Amino acid sequence: MGAIADFLGGPDVVIAIVKVVVAFAALLVATLLTIWFERKVIADMQARIGPNRWGPFGVLQTVADGIKLFFKEDVRPRYADRWTYGLAPVMAAVPSFLAFAVIPFGDHVTVGGERVDFIVSDLNIGVLFFLAAGSIGVYGVVLAGWASGSKYPLLGGIRSSAQLISYEIALGLSLVPIVLVTNSLSTVDIVAAQAGSVGNVDLFDGTFLQGVSELFEVIPNWYIWSQWPAFLLFMIAGIAETNRAPFDLPEAETELIAGFHTEYSGIRFALFFLGEYIHVVVISAMAVTLFFGGWNGPIVDEFLPWIWPVGWFLVKTIAFVYLFIWLRATLPRLRYDRLMWLGWKRLIPASLLWIMVTAVVNVNPEGVDEQTLRSIRLAVFGALFLLVLFVVAKGDPRLKQVVTPERPRSRRAQKQGVKSGSS
Amino acid sequence: MPVAYFLVLSALLFSIGVYGVLARQHAVLVLLSVELMLNAANINLVAFSAMLGEAGVPGQVFALFVIAVAAAEVGVGLAIVILIYRNRRSVDIDEMSLMKW
Amino acid sequence: MADTYLQVIFWAFFALMAIAGIRVVTTRNVIHAALYLVATLLGAASMYVLLYAEFVAWVQVLVYVGAVVVLMLFGLMLTRAPIGSANFDNNQRLVGAVCAGLLFAVTSFIMVGAFEGQEIDFTGTEGTKVQSIGEAIFSIYVLPFEIVSVLLLAALVGAVVISRRDEGRVDS
Repeated sequence: MGAIADFLGGPDVVIAIVKVVVAFAALLVATLLTIWFERKVIADMQARIGPNRWGPFGVLQTVADGIKLFFKEDVRPRYADRWTYGLAPVMAAVPSFLAFAVIPFGDHVTVGGERVDFIVSDLNIGVLFFLAAGSIGVYGVVLAGWASGSKYPLLGGIRSSAQLISYEIALGLSLVPIVLVTNSLSTVDIVAAQAGSVGNVDLFDGTFLQGVSELFEVIPNWYIWSQWPAFLLFMIAGIAETNRAPFDLPEAETELIAGFHTEYSGIRFALFFLGEYIHVVVISAMAVTLFFGGWNGPIVDEFLPWIWPVGWFLVKTIAFVYLFIWLRATLPRLRYDRLMWLGWKRLIPASLLWIMVTAVVNVNPEGVDEQTLRSIRLAVFGALFLLVLFVVAKGDPRLKQVVTPERPRSRRAQKQGVKSGSS
Repeated sequence: MPVAYFLVLSALLFSIGVYGVLARQHAVLVLLSVELMLNAANINLVAFSAMLGEAGVPGQVFALFVIAVAAAEVGVGLAIVILIYRNRRSVDIDEMSLMKW
Repeated sequence: MADTYLQVIFWAFFALMAIAGIRVVTTRNVIHAALYLVATLLGAASMYVLLYAEFVAWVQVLVYVGAVVVLMLFGLMLTRAPIGSANFDNNQRLVGAVCAGLLFAVTSFIMVGAFEGQEIDFTGTEGTKVQSIGEAIFSIYVLPFEIVSVLLLAALVGAVVISRRDEGRVDS
């Protein structure tokens, strides 16, 4: 008998099934609302009206679109690989749902003597699960690109698999400092570590600036204060992982006529977009969980105490979804070489550096008095921070030049070039 | 649950991998077969780790090492395959019997 | 009763892994072979979860499924080598099958004989803690760990050196 067997035989299995169904339905509704929200916000930013026919403020527009896509003819190209072509959209949509399983979207509630936590599954390796689910998501794009049997999808597939693999590394590394600080891979522990306020910082105790010290009692104890570089890295890599602007190269309409999903139509096409929008919601929710205190909020009232954390979580998540949409409306698409340059030469070194800084700041050797330790930490922290700023600000001079495409040389010219180069 | 179940599974996967290495011509397919064999070893390690309980942690540690080594092996192996393809327009490993050509 | 559940789960995944594994070495399409390998690897990850090695299971999914096989697919698409419908088997199929069959028979016979009656006891285990794995890696096995990291670095540099074209020399 193990925990798995106990689980399958016990009452927990009912709770688990209910949680899964509720989370699944909530994500579907969230997708519908996110798409509507995106269209409305972008329309507003471009001084248009946006969807306004179906339902109040056009809320039901996405439902109408979904029904339309569902009843459309499902076209399969002649040279498509039948088996893989059908599998790819599913592989694109499912991992996004999976990743939501480890996100705590509220505190707990007691139903009939059973404690029900507002998380689908509190794995003790939750952060790792989140990364693993994200890494499976690459398959949808790669397989769709290859299975379509057409050249633009293939190019889009190759592009995006390179992009996703590159940014996955930065995404994973940006989470390591959080794990270091919390001493846990569980998302529930990470949220618990961010409860309460920063606390009494005795900087100005007993002086006339006491009010400043008291201010720290109000500031919530979120990781964003100490871990903001990790947050920036996480957000950049996260946006790249969702294939959204300014990192939407896999589906660049102007270059690849929609990239990997060029050949898809009907419900399969809808599945790709379902996956993308759920991914947006999940990355937003993860950013809230890791850096903005998860469901912790300033007010928890006596009236329905369990609904307040859920509300705080939703408010923060919607703010991040808005950020995603805002970025899409504002930023142009990156050029491919700049994307790779940013991923490999900036994000990955920066995240490695930040891991080291976090490790140094959090180590506590014996035999060193507190004052020295603090100044050493401050010196290391400051030096590395300045280095990062310098490197980021400097950029790569080659990228600032205007690149004029050269005429491809003939083989003979290349050979001569090699000779003159080696001599 | 008898540990032998997991050992039989591991032996099966390993044998399939051996067949793949012997009978396949495509270099990438041979690499895939090698992955099967490495996984068979990993299943053994983790099964024994579970059998030993608290004393079995090293089994999982070495499973992690095997995964890391497999990643390195694939990186280099694939680079070699790409290079061979570029030089010979073929990935048939049965043709690669000469040091020079 | 509880053990029956585990048995059912085990044999279901056993069947899945066996079928997918055989398809890896018999299918006539390289991409399909890679996908069957993914199925086998996910089956192995499920086995690790069954054995309470959750950390290893998810590292397996993250590294193997998420990176190694994607890299393979990537390489296949880049090389434009024949992907489907060609005959990828050489004339050693019979020899290979006999060898593999004998190997399976001998190893499983020896293994089953040697470990008869040895049970995996799931009672009261909460699974291996990540902490104990970390402590083992960074105390007793710190040397292998460092060697593996150097190996990975060497592989990284080696892969870049091997696979890049000598374009830099043309420009200079």
